[in-house]
Amino acid sequence: MTNTTPTRTLVIEREVPHPPEKIWRALTQSPLIEEWLMKNDFQPVVGHRFSFRATPVPNWNGVVDCEVLVVEPNSRLSYSWGSMGMESVVAWTLTPTKDGTHVRMEQSGFRSEEDANYKGARYGWQKFIGGLEQVVARID
Amino acid sequence: MQAIADDVFKALADPTRRALFERLARDGEQTVHALTDRAGVSQPAVSKHLGVLKHAKLVRYRREGRETHYNAQPQALAPLVDWMSLYGTFWRDRFDQLENLLKRMDK
Repeated sequence: MTNTTPTRTLVIEREVPHPPEKIWRALTQSPLIEEWLMKNDFQPVVGHRFSFRATPVPNWNGVVDCEVLVVEPNSRLSYSWGSMGMESVVAWTLTPTKDGTHVRMEQSGFRSEEDANYKGARYGWQKFIGGLEQVVARID
Repeated sequence: MQAIADDVFKALADPTRRALFERLARDGEQTVHALTDRAGVSQPAVSKHLGVLKHAKLVRYRREGRETHYNAQPQALAPLVDWMSLYGTFWRDRFDQLENLLKRMDK
């Protein structure tokens, strides 16, 4: 057991010295995405289903199944992210700043794929992850 | 490792099992009877759920007389916690690569 605290939402933010238009290209052009993320058949079209493929490693088959959810050029991009039996949503937000762009990546809504198929679940995986923080806090 | 992770994820995908596990983690050791009184399902159902949690090593039990006492084993959540922290590392690494790409795009 490590000391890392699980969170139900993962947020990574960075200030980069490049304009939003350029970052947008890196986020939405398939060959460019492959250069920094993974092989993919992404298209910036809402509803488009695609997958990311990486070299399989122990504990992971290297496949992420996705669907494009939001495309607002140079500003917002979001896709679902299904991998390792868990379903989540990845959302990118680009905000222009004086010297470049504030890039925000949020991965949220973690839930098991079983739960995802279980409509009306009152007690979702997310809630469990929240409770987990308290449980884990008591582990040495 | 993957097999254990699968067991943990499957065991906790069920709301009744999650509630049982959370109660044991929060309130400490309890008998099957005490768990049944508050679970809202029958004792055989509770026992079956506890069996699944036990298979995933999320709980342990000990017998005392005619009662079976169950304990939470929160350290068995490790695959789940590793899974979450894995993503943090993953994205930070990818952000570095994205920044490298942006620099190269300057030509």
